[in-house]
Amino acid sequence: MTKGTVKGIISNMVQVEVDGPVFQNEICYIDLDGTKLMAEVIKVTGNTAYTQVFESTRGLRVGDTVEFTQRMLEVKLGPGMLSKNYDGLQDDLNKMRGLYLERGDYTDPLDEDSVWEFDPIVKAGDEVLPGDWLGAVQENWINHKIMVPFNLEGKFRVKNVAAKGSYKITDTIVTVTDAEGNDLELNMIQYWPVKLPIRAYQSKPRPFKVMETGIRTIDTLNPIAEGGTGFTPGPFGTGKTVLQHNISQNAEADLIIVAACGERANEVVELFTEFPELDDPRTGRKLMERTIIICNTSNMPVAAREASVYTAMSIAEYYRSMGLKVLLLADSTSRWAQALREMSNRMEELPGPDAYPMDLPAIISNFYSRAGYVYLNNGTPGSITFIGAVSPAGGNLKEPVTESTKKSARCFYSLSQDRADSKRYPAVDPIDSYSKYLEYDEVRQYLDDNIAPGWVDNVMKAKDILLRGKEAKDQINILGDDGVPLDYHTRFWRSELLDRIILVQDGFDPVDKSTPIQRQAYMLKMILNICETEFSFDNFEELQPYFTRLINTLVQMNYQPFENEEFNNYKTQLENIIEERRVN
Amino acid sequence: MATMAFQKIYTKLTQITKATCAVKATGVGYEELATVGGRLAQVVKIMDDTVTLQIFSGTEGIGTDAEVIFFGRPPSLKVSEQLAGRFFNAYGDPIDGGPQIEGKEVEIGGPSVNPVRREDPSELIATGIAGIDLNNTLVTGQKIPFFADPDQPYNQVMATVALRAKADKIILGGMGLSNDDYLYYKNTFENAGVIDKIISFVNTTDDPPVERLLVPDMALTAAEYFAIQKNEAVLVLLTDLTLYCDALSIVSNRMDEIPSKDSMPGSLYSDLAKIYEKAVQFPEGGSITIIAVTTISGGDITHAIPDNTGYITEGQLYLRRDTDIGKVVIDPARSLSRLKTKVMGKRTRADHPHVMSASVRLNADASNAKTKMENGFDLSDYDQRAMDFARDYAEQILAIDVNIDTEQMLDTTWALFHKYFTPEEVAIRDEFMQLYWKEA
Ligand SMILES: Nc1ncnc2c1ncn2[C@@H]1O[C@H](COP(=O)(O)OP(=O)(O)OP(=O)(O)O)[C@@H](O)[C@H]1O
Ligand SMILES: [Mg+2]
Repeated sequence: MTKGTVKGIISNMVQVEVDGPVFQNEICYIDLDGTKLMAEVIKVTGNTAYTQVFESTRGLRVGDTVEFTQRMLEVKLGPGMLSKNYDGLQDDLNKMRGLYLERGDYTDPLDEDSVWEFDPIVKAGDEVLPGDWLGAVQENWINHKIMVPFNLEGKFRVKNVAAKGSYKITDTIVTVTDAEGNDLELNMIQYWPVKLPIRAYQSKPRPFKVMETGIRTIDTLNPIAEGGTGFTPGPFGTGKTVLQHNISQNAEADLIIVAACGERANEVVELFTEFPELDDPRTGRKLMERTIIICNTSNMPVAAREASVYTAMSIAEYYRSMGLKVLLLADSTSRWAQALREMSNRMEELPGPDAYPMDLPAIISNFYSRAGYVYLNNGTPGSITFIGAVSPAGGNLKEPVTESTKKSARCFYSLSQDRADSKRYPAVDPIDSYSKYLEYDEVRQYLDDNIAPGWVDNVMKAKDILLRGKEAKDQINILGDDGVPLDYHTRFWRSELLDRIILVQDGFDPVDKSTPIQRQAYMLKMILNICETEFSFDNFEELQPYFTRLINTLVQMNYQPFENEEFNNYKTQLENIIEERRVN
Repeated sequence: MATMAFQKIYTKLTQITKATCAVKATGVGYEELATVGGRLAQVVKIMDDTVTLQIFSGTEGIGTDAEVIFFGRPPSLKVSEQLAGRFFNAYGDPIDGGPQIEGKEVEIGGPSVNPVRREDPSELIATGIAGIDLNNTLVTGQKIPFFADPDQPYNQVMATVALRAKADKIILGGMGLSNDDYLYYKNTFENAGVIDKIISFVNTTDDPPVERLLVPDMALTAAEYFAIQKNEAVLVLLTDLTLYCDALSIVSNRMDEIPSKDSMPGSLYSDLAKIYEKAVQFPEGGSITIIAVTTISGGDITHAIPDNTGYITEGQLYLRRDTDIGKVVIDPARSLSRLKTKVMGKRTRADHPHVMSASVRLNADASNAKTKMENGFDLSDYDQRAMDFARDYAEQILAIDVNIDTEQMLDTTWALFHKYFTPEEVAIRDEFMQLYWKEA
């Protein structure tokens, strides 16, 4: 294998003089007094390989030796990944030795000694393709398929299948024969280079179903499709992380992969602490059982941060190939872009806007395109829904990462500073945000069929009320309370009602933090009814106290379990308040 | 810093810039320390046999024949109990006339704590300041800056917070601290009789700016010693990180790096995160809490320094001169402690989060009313009451010289709610209204 020696060091970029062939993205290990530092080739000129080191390079010297591996950065895939806490390179954090993340402490992502109950799906004589299901094991409550490795090519015939029973992941469970007649022994482990998409599926249709997140401002106003993409740009402190955590707890997915990319360690610790305790609302099992956390926090090496989103996506693709509904959340993709920028600057590449690499838009769009709804070779559907947080510099949405992402993601959930300042969480701006899926005929049909007839029309009505309310508010601000017709106040208060009851959602309240879609439909209908009711007011000063009463009562309903006694009491109260001033 | 045996000495500099120099040398480790003409320097780039060094005190007067001596190790600090009560410069050398520290030599800027070995922060820090305890409770293991105008009394407020927070150790990292402010801290701590809890690493305005780059790592290395080895609650005060960032940009500029926004290095986010992320709670009880100062110019928080800081820290605190009462307060409207939800209503009385959000909302109404008044619109009765409430609230609760416990803050707030508003306007959940809405 190719060897090399260190020639130059600038921060985590190390130039290596090589004595043989190397390839782009090849992984090598630099020997620092016996500690192996993992690095990736990111550019080659002549016999110099430019590598980005996934560790601190402190103490590294010119002349230190390097070994190349002839492999790209890979994930190790197999049963046992659920509930794990990985770093950006898929090291199992719980297996690391010390208090600190010591250099060169690379750990096994899987537990090679663990034993699984294997149930075969194929039988001798069957023909199989890469990605086809050979058998299954039960991983928590997921039926984990053991698949023909994706990195094989061509067709294979099954020669031997292990009988139903207990096996280690390293045990051979199936032997297949390739077209040339060579036998291949397969166990439950396979490897995949993270920068490449797994394409073992038949087709990738346009998403047509909706994925429930439990967040009203998303599900009701701008729903995200199953297999769809969305992003949440917002200045610091506007609620990107809380929103992602809430989605991760309640979304209607089989499996959640959370990529904490270059953000705070305490936020990840919160997941470590809460997820093993919290119940999954749909299965009653613990949330941690359906979650994988990939965490490369801001103080961990920058190059591994860049890798972390790819690691997460590859694991998502692996589970999608089992016919599962995967939700991938990344917080924040801006940190990944910044990692790219740091490296591009060190390589003295020609910078694009704001010193980001020129090909940033292409990199982002390639990544987003790995999400999607697919039909596997056997016709089963599987999906990856991806939502990325974006942290725009200075809160300015015209910066390169936001702009590039806007071209790739189909849902745009813009978090507004104003809303966050007035504690209207989740601070998703109802007017600027959009879901392109609402324009898809098949999605509209799906919504009308599955939520309520005429649902999409109601959603449009709600959006209209919000827009007209905002216009009225602007006029009131310019002309003064008594400088506008009474009707402007009514319009404003209608939108305020809708905003405070449907859009505002208390992310920390056990009931309010997640709303099932049927309850969302119920509440929307109720609010629209009130908005269509005509009330009598003599002057604008009567509106605020009246609508405040309506709002307070409705807020109390939001805090109660759906249709329990208290809920119904508040509803009766509400009806009484409405009667006080109703004219039609 | 003492040098060591088996040193290699070089005397041929090939390049000198304002902050760096290059020398032909071999066998040198990345980030290794050296002296150039007697001045401390650190390796920032190695290319073949050319080693680039950043000279902390600047290159003025450095000759091409200056003697370069490599230490064979990165910057380090000797840690032990002896650190307590002592004052050091940016290199960790005593500046208080006392003896050198004996202890274990530890590299500064070491690796990060494995996130799975951390604990979710949940211990509240009481300061007696309502702008913090009532509205933006701080938690051990948190990192939070003051975003302050250069003319605001942030050092005084920070010293007050530090003294009232019951920390086992307070570590001051001063960067570009004026000599007056340095003496202010020293005197305040001395007068309070807590000097044996204090450790200072100070770079003053008299010292070269690039030296500042060592201060946070020195302070945090000392903090890790006490938090990990002694399980102590350590409070680290870093002031002023804007001046730290300025030093970063000087160095990256001299290295011909491509600047990103506001002439700051592209790595600013990672550089600051490495500092702030040392804030940690350990399961064994030790913790590091970081309270920092980031001065901002003209209130512009979209500038790269406050902007990147905001993306890293767990909230931010703002000071405001309250014109109604003529005192400085921690602005409840703009400040935010993100970890407050971990303790509010859990470690404090259950009505706390509700009282907090109601008072924030009512204060916001008051400031809207004020704007209305300033724009010449008529005030409604509600507007007037909101403004009266806000004034009393500032006077009796927010003012920084008020020092009461959270329970008293809550009771006083309820009393003011009752004095100025109806139950519907306060709009707190019924269960708490029944308990605390009392005829005064
Ligand atoms: N849904 C919510 N309900 C109540 N409070 C919220 C909600 N969302 C956000 N907050 C408040 O806002 C604070 C910041 O939220 P969050 O950490 O999600 O912001 P962020 O956008 O991720 O910021 P950053 O870019 O700095 O990571 C939270 O600590 C909390 O106080
Ligand atoms: Mg966040």
